[in-house]
Amino acid sequence: MDIDNANTTAVNRMMEARPILKSVATAKDVIPGMKDNLFLHAGPPIEWGRMSGPLKGAIIGAMLFEGVAASEAEATKMAERGEVEFDACHHHGAVGPMAGVTSASMKVYVVENVEHGNKSFSNLNEGYGKVLRYGAYSEEVLKKLHWMNDVLGVALADALAASNGIDLRALMSEALHMGDEGHNRNKAGSLLYLKLIAPLIAKTMKDNAAMSEVLQFLGDNALSVLNPVMAACKAMTDAAHGVEGSTIVTTMARNGTDFGIRVSGLGERQWFTAPAEIPVGLFFSGYSQADANPDIGDSAITETAGIGGFAMATAPAIVTFIGGTPKDAMNATLEMYEITFAESKFFTMPSLDFRGTPTGIDIRKVVELGITPRINTGIAHKNAGVGQVGAGLVRPPLAIFEEALVAFAEKYQL
Amino acid sequence: MTVIKWNVRAGTYYDSVVLMQLQRGLLELDGVIDAGVVMATPANKDLLATNNLLPDTVSANPDDLLIVVKADDDSSAENAINQVDELLTRRKSSSVSEDFRPRSLSAAVKQLPEAHWVLISVPGRYAAGVAREALDLGKHVFLYSDNVSLEDEIALKKTAREKGLLVMGPDCGTAIINGVGLGFANRVRRGDIGVVGASGTGTQAVTAQIHNLGTGISHAIGTGGRDLKSDVGAITAHQALDALKRDDETKVIVLISKPPSPDVATSLISAAQNADKPVVVYFIGYPPPARKIGNLHFAISLSEAAETAVNGNWELVIDKKLPITNYYLRGLFSGGTLAYETLLGLQASLTPIYSNAPITNYQLLDDPLHSRAHTIIDLGDEFFMVGRLHPMIDNDLRIRRMKQEAADPEVGMILFDVVLGEGSHLNPTGELVPAIRAIQASRKDIEFAAMVIGTDDDPQNLQSQISALEEAGVKVFRTATETVEYVSLKFGANKQNQFTPVNLEQLKQPLAAINVGLESFYESLISQGAQAVHVEWKPPAGGNEKMAALLARMKSKK
Repeated sequence: MDIDNANTTAVNRMMEARPILKSVATAKDVIPGMKDNLFLHAGPPIEWGRMSGPLKGAIIGAMLFEGVAASEAEATKMAERGEVEFDACHHHGAVGPMAGVTSASMKVYVVENVEHGNKSFSNLNEGYGKVLRYGAYSEEVLKKLHWMNDVLGVALADALAASNGIDLRALMSEALHMGDEGHNRNKAGSLLYLKLIAPLIAKTMKDNAAMSEVLQFLGDNALSVLNPVMAACKAMTDAAHGVEGSTIVTTMARNGTDFGIRVSGLGERQWFTAPAEIPVGLFFSGYSQADANPDIGDSAITETAGIGGFAMATAPAIVTFIGGTPKDAMNATLEMYEITFAESKFFTMPSLDFRGTPTGIDIRKVVELGITPRINTGIAHKNAGVGQVGAGLVRPPLAIFEEALVAFAEKYQL
Repeated sequence: MTVIKWNVRAGTYYDSVVLMQLQRGLLELDGVIDAGVVMATPANKDLLATNNLLPDTVSANPDDLLIVVKADDDSSAENAINQVDELLTRRKSSSVSEDFRPRSLSAAVKQLPEAHWVLISVPGRYAAGVAREALDLGKHVFLYSDNVSLEDEIALKKTAREKGLLVMGPDCGTAIINGVGLGFANRVRRGDIGVVGASGTGTQAVTAQIHNLGTGISHAIGTGGRDLKSDVGAITAHQALDALKRDDETKVIVLISKPPSPDVATSLISAAQNADKPVVVYFIGYPPPARKIGNLHFAISLSEAAETAVNGNWELVIDKKLPITNYYLRGLFSGGTLAYETLLGLQASLTPIYSNAPITNYQLLDDPLHSRAHTIIDLGDEFFMVGRLHPMIDNDLRIRRMKQEAADPEVGMILFDVVLGEGSHLNPTGELVPAIRAIQASRKDIEFAAMVIGTDDDPQNLQSQISALEEAGVKVFRTATETVEYVSLKFGANKQNQFTPVNLEQLKQPLAAINVGLESFYESLISQGAQAVHVEWKPPAGGNEKMAALLARMKSKK
């Protein structure tokens, strides 16, 4: 067995994956294994009792949205009694930002990797303020979710049905040249997305007032494209999973309690987890580090695929997260080259002379150098429903990479 | 009594991250309780409202920058608002960002791809691993670390030799490459003297003195103290010598070592003889075979080595027709001291060499009656004297031995002495020359050389003895020194290297290096104007032995 060869295969599959945003559809119609009483969440699998505030809040919200429960109290009881099921989005080809809660009747993006044929899914982005993904479930939150499902989701579904799909790899590459790193900053990508989808929406929507609302919503939300981008990254990293003998990380995800990773050459459901750390960063007015919830969300799939925190060098507008100067941003990316196996063929950074982004985290390098991946992240309030309180940087615990290395050595009898 | 003050700046855009930074700056000001700085979008205004930072009277549009400050009193609030511009333009001059310091060699190589040299000064048990990585990346290694095992040293040097790379060290204290000192090195001007040094301070002493004498150094290549031991076989010294021989900018080479193994010294001297430039040799504690053999000059001290290199009077007489390849010398002496001095001189360049009167034990010929490889026989030894006259009187034994040697197809040269004077045979050549001619009739490829000792007043007629020899094609010398020089050049010349040559271009380029270990070596490179990258090295897996062992196994699994 040659680990380097296996890693070359895995990373090439990751890079050569061609994620196309194909459609928007109802979760239970497209997500494998999706059913009415199943609630998918971000991060590694977790039982109700250990869930953090924002994740519990989002589950409650989704139960109310689905009509499974009529009140917070009822939803909580049902969850406690095991009357509903939970599973990791990642076990179903899906990803979701922050709590990442996805339920049966929600509309989801469908991304297809046309190179290798695998599909991935992500829910629709709700924008800012009180939102389900941060554990909010008030009337206003549910109302918006229904509008998203009934108006926005339908508009997007019709628009995409009238197209050949949107090439997300091309969109991401372009956005990286426009100041996005693809995780915390998706301003440029969202505008590119709006540019591509708007003519399609105009072609398919009849109701001008509703169309105006839809376009306004997509344009106002600088995170509109985050969810399709995450699904694209998921399609890429899934293509790299399951290569015998490969030490490349194919998943990094957090559920607000645990941080978990998976490795290409190890099992499909073999997670290595440890308590998630609390991100360090800048806070919105009125909030401080003390309000921060431990790290949460599937969005670290962007770093897993070689963008986000790994592409900081190309996003000077948000350097204040990591120390303050463009040089710090460069250094952040240079540090990630230390633990990655390859440089992206498609995602390049003008500031580094169009060098490809650091791609394919190698657990061997992480353990050898003691450098853990850097993840740009939104910071959730630790209490359900408060929402985002800041943004910053977090790293996974080193111990899970060491555990993965030991498991790898055992499996391959090294 | 708290007060809230706000400021709206229409049509001003800042990224939210910049604004969050500004907000943090405002919060640090005296008297400020809370602050909000946002683009006044509905979502952001909701956020302010949630935190009681949005008085009803505020009117701002999404394109406006809204700054709200809650403070203990009027003046604190006012002061904070007034500081906004300063905070927005403030540069973090207090924390100047550093250049990225790579943590691994491979990242450092990407950062400075033109670096051909890696300086390693990490703790010994990690050093071989780092050196191996450097060689894998195609880099020359300056290995300052000590406590590297002999096995590792040999393996590293063999790998390096295959790739045409140098491993200077382990335990190599100094080198000067293209004017830049590595490790401990004096500031020495560039010049045309090249140094191969198996002794760190020896090299420093010589290079410093060469500078003080007004000339300078092309390159000083260190080898590490164990390089000239038999086990290592001077792998690095041979490569370095070969590089300096080929280097046009090096006109003179100095070879310095603490006592080398005799076999290694021989092989190096023989390699040095192939240089078409002078080589000054100082092997501390090793008996110099002569002051001069061809292009080789043997020094007797460090300072003399430096002086000779600078002021040497070079008369290079390299006879390109000389080589006798793959043949052996047989020296048949009547004079014991002449045999001994000849052996002393030749042992530096002919190997293996044996004698019935050896200088060191391993040169002892098992059977004095049968020569092997290169052999110097003292026929005056008492072994041969039982019931027989001394060979200075009786030529019979020597003639028979000449015939015996000539019958050996591997013999290419027969050397003998002719000692004239009172008591000696009255016409030695009268018997020796006919024997030589007889041998020449069947072995045209054997060369004869004679060392003739005598005066023009001797009874044998010195001149006629010499003439008789010369007429028979015998090369005649008058001293052991001349003889040694001729013979060693004859056998030592033009041997081909058995290794991939070091790429000279890499020595000639402006020095660029990667430093792993002592930061002072990096600083020294920078202060000498070299390009350098310092690796922020840590033991693999942070010193976790279990993980490090696992990683090593995974690396070896190919």
